[in-house]
Amino acid sequence: MALPKLPAAPETSGAVTGGRKGWLARAWAANGAGYMFLLPWLIGFFALTAGPSLVSAYLSFTDFDLLRAPNWVGADNYERIFTADAKFMASMRVTLFFVIFSVPLKLAFALAVAVALNRGLRGLPLYRAIFYLPSLLGTSVAIAVLWRQLFARDGLVNSFLANFGIEGPSWISHPDYSLWTLIILSVWQFGSPMIIFLAGLRQIPADMYEAASLDGASKSRQFRKITLPLLTPVIFFNAVVQTIEAFKAFTPSFIISGGTGGPINSTLFYTLYLYQEAFRHLRMGYASALAWVLVVIIAVFTAASFLSARYWVHYDD
Amino acid sequence: MTTSVTLQTVKKRYGALDVIHGIDLQIDPGEFVVFVGPSGCGKSTLLRMIAGLEEISGGALLIDGERMNEVPPARRGIAMVFQSYALYPHMTVYKNLAFGLETAGMKKAEIDPLVRRAARILHIEPLLNRKPKALSGGQRQRVAIGRAIVREPRIFLFDEPLSNLDAELRVKMRVEITTLHRDLGNTMIYVTHDQVEAMTMADKIVVLNGGHIEQVGTPLDLYNTPVNQFVTGFIGSPKVNFLAARVESHDSGRPLLRTGDQVVRLPRQIDLATGTDVTLGVRPEHLEHREDGGILLSHATITLIENLGGETVVYARLPDGQPLTMALDGQQKVVIGQEIPVSVDSRFLHVFDGAGLAI
Repeated sequence: MALPKLPAAPETSGAVTGGRKGWLARAWAANGAGYMFLLPWLIGFFALTAGPSLVSAYLSFTDFDLLRAPNWVGADNYERIFTADAKFMASMRVTLFFVIFSVPLKLAFALAVAVALNRGLRGLPLYRAIFYLPSLLGTSVAIAVLWRQLFARDGLVNSFLANFGIEGPSWISHPDYSLWTLIILSVWQFGSPMIIFLAGLRQIPADMYEAASLDGASKSRQFRKITLPLLTPVIFFNAVVQTIEAFKAFTPSFIISGGTGGPINSTLFYTLYLYQEAFRHLRMGYASALAWVLVVIIAVFTAASFLSARYWVHYDD
Repeated sequence: MTTSVTLQTVKKRYGALDVIHGIDLQIDPGEFVVFVGPSGCGKSTLLRMIAGLEEISGGALLIDGERMNEVPPARRGIAMVFQSYALYPHMTVYKNLAFGLETAGMKKAEIDPLVRRAARILHIEPLLNRKPKALSGGQRQRVAIGRAIVREPRIFLFDEPLSNLDAELRVKMRVEITTLHRDLGNTMIYVTHDQVEAMTMADKIVVLNGGHIEQVGTPLDLYNTPVNQFVTGFIGSPKVNFLAARVESHDSGRPLLRTGDQVVRLPRQIDLATGTDVTLGVRPEHLEHREDGGILLSHATITLIENLGGETVVYARLPDGQPLTMALDGQQKVVIGQEIPVSVDSRFLHVFDGAGLAI
């Protein structure tokens, strides 16, 4: 039996069907609209993230100072960081101290508030918004200035303590306390992890608690044995994000210390030191090397976190 | 160890909304009682009130004669199996079973034999080191039951425990739970919306509807002598046929009802005025497709046939348009479009008044 005659296929030009041009044309025809939608992000990514990152990687091996063309100095910048820069070590100590104390305190505070808010309060959306506000304002210059007013010698904190006969020091000017004021400021910005904890708490099925209450578990045992373990994926997420944020913290230290990292380098965050090297001393090459060291440190912390996660993070499926 | 449960005018109220309207019920020691009813009838709420997971708004709950309204769940001597199993996903099966015992402050040496005994009863010993995510639905169900067994409770509560399982596994677990009840002898209260589960497992069925008890009785009581149209409709599969009928006249005090294309003479004397509308209830398995199978109800035209091998389910339509389902024994030689007589043994004919109450 003769097959029915099919209509002839439309002719395609040689330019479209053959070689590289053909591949590009086909890709464009198939996904052109998608690439157009992606374009703003792609421009931003290459111009503001990938491009500057690659340039800074190159500059970290130079003595670039903004005024003269960069000269290749090999690994000199990195060698100096690890062997001859006491301020690097000081800023790293301050930053690590800040990370180690601010992240757990902030997470604990955020979790405590989330647990309190998770008890079916009336007007929960309002409370959620109120508690989230500091996170929106927290990293702004205005709040850092406010913090200065709170913790200065004649600030609100000392006025309050004076009611109990306590004469407080100038918290932001005292090397023993200044970093703690920044840690408190960080903890105060608990809104973002709190919202995520709240979402996580709401994911825990109510019948887990009901089963536990039938088993006779007290509220605190339920919290330790059910809430915390089931919340570990959220705790892990918050811990990683907040750790990265803490390593990158800059504004509070810059504003409260007037950009010096004082007193006696006690608030000299790593990023502030990096900023000083780049924009005060115009050692762009060296600052680029410092930036890449920070990237590696954050990457190592993050990788270590992910490696540790398999031992303490419980995923349901 | 057997325990009685008594509900005395038990009520549940959420704000202004009454969901349980004063329930009185006696559950005898060692009974397997099934609460059955449609969604929203209050059966799970009632179970949770017995468990202590919901406050009792009114009335009293007695366990072995002791008032339990204010007693916390853990002190009621109750274990509950949840619909979702409620296994702790971060704990192994062993830890899941041991959790309640650890919470009670028992030592590891005391806990271990209890956990292993429960695991042995439920054949889950090889699973003890696994986490719930590595278990099948049936295995999770067993672990959930094991968690209840291990605490040696006075009363077991089951809240639709088989609803997440596939049909085959549901039948298997149904048998296992019934066997478990026979072996342990505890009082068990089981909630389901599946009347087959209720009929096959229960010593006593409590049919609930809209926060009220419609009827309490053994499965066969409910099947044979339902008190109203709701219970008749809820028990039995395929679902009972309800046929609209009207009292046309009387013959020696017995009403003559018109339904389909026939006038049916009721087998017993019932005081019904001429012109009264009633409903006839006939179970599909009690219908026969012959003239002389008892009372000839009507003729019907076959619209669909389901051959199940051992049974043939025939869907048909009466001349007045009313649908009818027949469950006929064996493999029947009938065809779609065929007109067949439909008769029923008078003993199996239920009659309901306008309010749906059995007459």
